[in-house]
Amino acid sequence: MSTPARQKNILPGFGISLGYTIIYLTLIVLIPLAGTFLKTAGIGWHGFWLAVTSPRVVASYRLTFGASLIAAVINAIFGLIVAWMLVRYSFPGKRLVDALVDLPFALPTAVAGIALTSLYAPGGWIGRWFEPLGLKIAFTPLGIVVALIFIGLPFVVRTVQPVLEEIDTEPEEAAATLGASRLQTIRHVVLPRILPALTTGFALAFARAVGEYGSVVFISGNMPMKTEITPLLIVTKLEEFDYRGATALAVVMLLISFVLLLSINLLQRWMSRRLTA
Amino acid sequence: MAGIATTLIRTRLVAANRPLTGDPAWIRWLVMSVGITFLVVTLFIPLVAVFTEALRHGLAAYFASFTDPDALSAIRLTLFTAAISVPLNLVFGVAAAWAIAKFQFPGKSLLISLIDLPFAISPVVAGLIYVLMFGAQGWFGPWLHAHHIKIIFAVPGIVLATIFVTFPFVARELIPLMESQGDTEECAALILGATGWQTFWYVTLPNIRWGLLYGVILCNARAMGEFGAVSVVSGHIRGLTNTMPLQVEILYNDYNFVAAFAVATLLALLALVTLVLKRLVEWHASRQEDSTQGALS
Repeated sequence: MSTPARQKNILPGFGISLGYTIIYLTLIVLIPLAGTFLKTAGIGWHGFWLAVTSPRVVASYRLTFGASLIAAVINAIFGLIVAWMLVRYSFPGKRLVDALVDLPFALPTAVAGIALTSLYAPGGWIGRWFEPLGLKIAFTPLGIVVALIFIGLPFVVRTVQPVLEEIDTEPEEAAATLGASRLQTIRHVVLPRILPALTTGFALAFARAVGEYGSVVFISGNMPMKTEITPLLIVTKLEEFDYRGATALAVVMLLISFVLLLSINLLQRWMSRRLTA
Repeated sequence: MAGIATTLIRTRLVAANRPLTGDPAWIRWLVMSVGITFLVVTLFIPLVAVFTEALRHGLAAYFASFTDPDALSAIRLTLFTAAISVPLNLVFGVAAAWAIAKFQFPGKSLLISLIDLPFAISPVVAGLIYVLMFGAQGWFGPWLHAHHIKIIFAVPGIVLATIFVTFPFVARELIPLMESQGDTEECAALILGATGWQTFWYVTLPNIRWGLLYGVILCNARAMGEFGAVSVVSGHIRGLTNTMPLQVEILYNDYNFVAAFAVATLLALLALVTLVLKRLVEWHASRQEDSTQGALS
């Protein structure tokens, strides 16, 4: 949108709108974040390292990242199927189904949390089918995965869907006329073109899952070393007035968020390059 | 050879009445049944469960849940919090989009990334950073204590945490929209003698109204539904610092399931209304786009 005419912009309000933006951003976001990093300086490197590598903390990282990864993989697979269905097929009630996909964006996480817990608890609508198999879902790591699937699904569908709508079907026609089976065409022609979008959706779902709290606390059972995710451990430490431990963990989570944000930005750049190419 | 093969296959495909890019019936059937089953199990059943659990002991028990003064004060606090945080983020979003979309300046992409930052941060951490600023152990804790100002474990902390988690909604909706619209119409208005304020009010605002509304709807849904960040700063004082999602948690942990799900139905209804409004706005926005494109061509 940058044209040479832009150099002499006659529009008013640049100073005040930019000034207001920067002041508001600084007060609400930047100063509190900087304050958190400064707090860790008071702990010292040694204390910080001990706080973020204790066995209970390491167990929480393993659970948080493991469950988020599994949930994001499941969401990538089923999210692609749902996006495919919504773009390529027409069926009655399609608009309703399409709108339902956004439910996890709109439904408060605490509501999702208690609903999923009641469903997957041993006597619940879904849990009772798994009970005879000796499989417990609620109050185990499996329950955490269930909650994270709920939270992450729209990220994959809403990233893949517009790309699927955008790509033209000519290469698919060519592949079909050249004798490729439909599965071969999807595998070799369609999938490579939506791979950047699928990866971005996967990364968004993963990033959201790593920080998720509300939907997980109810279904996880919150047992230290077993079903305690890192965000919950931060809350626990705060409730025990262990401010240093909570701060150190928060800084680790913040650094992870920054890395994930950066990777997602790079992925999105890859995605838009693929689309314009 | 290849030419003949292609022709033969095309003939066969056409003869079989199979479109070249459509999926065969069995793939179609498989994808549809897997996709629909997945959506029903992961999204639809949990939504239904909220209402059935709330109505488990009948309508009387359901409505009795709302006579609890703590539930009513939670509803009031949620509305109050949204009524402050949404307008603040709305004004910020418009100002940020005006500066970023209509002007060129160094550091612009950094500014956009910083505005998006709150979406990347865990809600628990979002709450914690305010505890570390204004809590008893925080940077301003002693000063606030000396002046008898309470922010953490009080309403101001809840409002601040809500502002943080809903910070980017309006801005990230408006920035790409205003960038795509450019500044020709505004420049025309100014040349014709409109003041800056008139230009914004009569030219820019009508152009961005659907995007603005879209951002506000999403911002409001998150503001009313936020749990993690608010939970950290609230202190869970019944009747004073509990929002609706926190009230749901307290009731649930007290094994008062019907009441917990009753409050949850209000939040679920809010989510459904949000989804409907969102669809309506998307529909209006696409119609507006079509009509402007029609007018230009």
